[in-house]
Amino acid sequence: MAGNRILLLAVGFVFYLILQVVFLKNVVVFGTAFCFLYVLFILLLPIEIKTIPIMLIAFAMGIGVDIFYDTIGIHTASLVGMAFIRNTWLKTLTPTGGYDENLNPSLLNMGLGWYVSYSLPLILVHHTLFFFIESLGTNLFLPVVQKIIGSVIFVFIMSIIVQLLFYRRRRGI
Amino acid sequence: MQSILLFLYRIRVFLIFVFLETIAIYLIVSNNSQQGAVFFNSSNRLSGSVLSTQNNIIEYFSLSSVNKSLVDKNAELLSELEKYRQTKDGLVFDIDSSLVTGFQFRGAKVINNSINLSQNFITLNKGAKHGVKEGMGVFNEEGVVGRIKGVTENYASVISLLHTELLVSSKIVSNEVFGSTKWDGRNPKFAKLLYVPRHVVVKEGDQVVTSGYNAIFPEGIPIGTVVEVKPGPETNYLDITIELGTDFTKLSYVYLVENNAVEEINLLNEPKEDTDGRQ
Repeated sequence: MAGNRILLLAVGFVFYLILQVVFLKNVVVFGTAFCFLYVLFILLLPIEIKTIPIMLIAFAMGIGVDIFYDTIGIHTASLVGMAFIRNTWLKTLTPTGGYDENLNPSLLNMGLGWYVSYSLPLILVHHTLFFFIESLGTNLFLPVVQKIIGSVIFVFIMSIIVQLLFYRRRRGI
Repeated sequence: MQSILLFLYRIRVFLIFVFLETIAIYLIVSNNSQQGAVFFNSSNRLSGSVLSTQNNIIEYFSLSSVNKSLVDKNAELLSELEKYRQTKDGLVFDIDSSLVTGFQFRGAKVINNSINLSQNFITLNKGAKHGVKEGMGVFNEEGVVGRIKGVTENYASVISLLHTELLVSSKIVSNEVFGSTKWDGRNPKFAKLLYVPRHVVVKEGDQVVTSGYNAIFPEGIPIGTVVEVKPGPETNYLDITIELGTDFTKLSYVYLVENNAVEEINLLNEPKEDTDGRQ
């Protein structure tokens, strides 16, 4: 059973990485809204995974994306940052009665309201870190804020669409 | 002792977080040099082959525009060639070797490109095996594209002109005034021409080309045209915006230029290190 789930996670990891670097790399709406859909993989990891494994997974994912984006370290730093606060944020949002076991904190499992308050701040943290580090050394402020807001909205909408299309209730990828 | 270990164990999550972030920041900083090792980026073997496969598929969609620009370039070169054709009653003799320009050109294909970040890189499908070296200039028929940052055996990584740290030594054609072209990170169609003094008269529509002073590009490769001239925030220089000739959204084939005399020139500049590439 456990082996089965690890295999599923590994497949999901590779799937998101390939999706990101092959298909979504050049998807940039109006030159401001980037599609960093790979954060969804970290967001939807099962609830009972501890923070350390999540950070290690995020690190590997970040390096993988960075290699293709030629932004070595930037995706990694921001994704690890997001992974670090993920579980704390999950704990804060615990619904009355607690989480069920082996649950993905996804839109279908938890409902839209909960999902918005869970994912939006985390995506915002990731994107703020990313665009902030990326634009260090330049004195651009407005374009960066524009990119952050545009990308957060875009990724959030994409994440909802992907979950509605490809995820089932309860578990599975 | 035990309580210290216990304490460390309790904050282990934070420690690992700091550890991972330190690695990431180390990678960011070490990648920031203008030239250097390129293992961890898109020019390594695995990602290079993925990107070139992807590009082989996407390439078909841009074939017609690529063909058109190649035909244009051919026509231009043919008319250029006409000038050098020997007349029957002409006389030819070799010029002195010091007057021979030492530039070598190669072609390459872009397999990976980005334009929307503030530090953009391009990956080419030629590497050390094909004679590509660090520091070579990259351009296409429309204008300057960038400079080679590092090479692996089969691929090369290029600092795009759309990188906020790359300066290209350039001059305005009409009045031969020198400056440096630098991208400001806003719009991939426009860049800034820096260090042009206030007393110089610059008109909109003036051509900007490479100056040939930094030993990377030969003189006269187009960069763009001036679209806006303002008195800059600094008292001494004008704030000039130029429209780049190169359309970075449609980059497909590029030329690499190598200056055979670059080592000799760098030797002359030795005391001032770093002159290469920063005009």
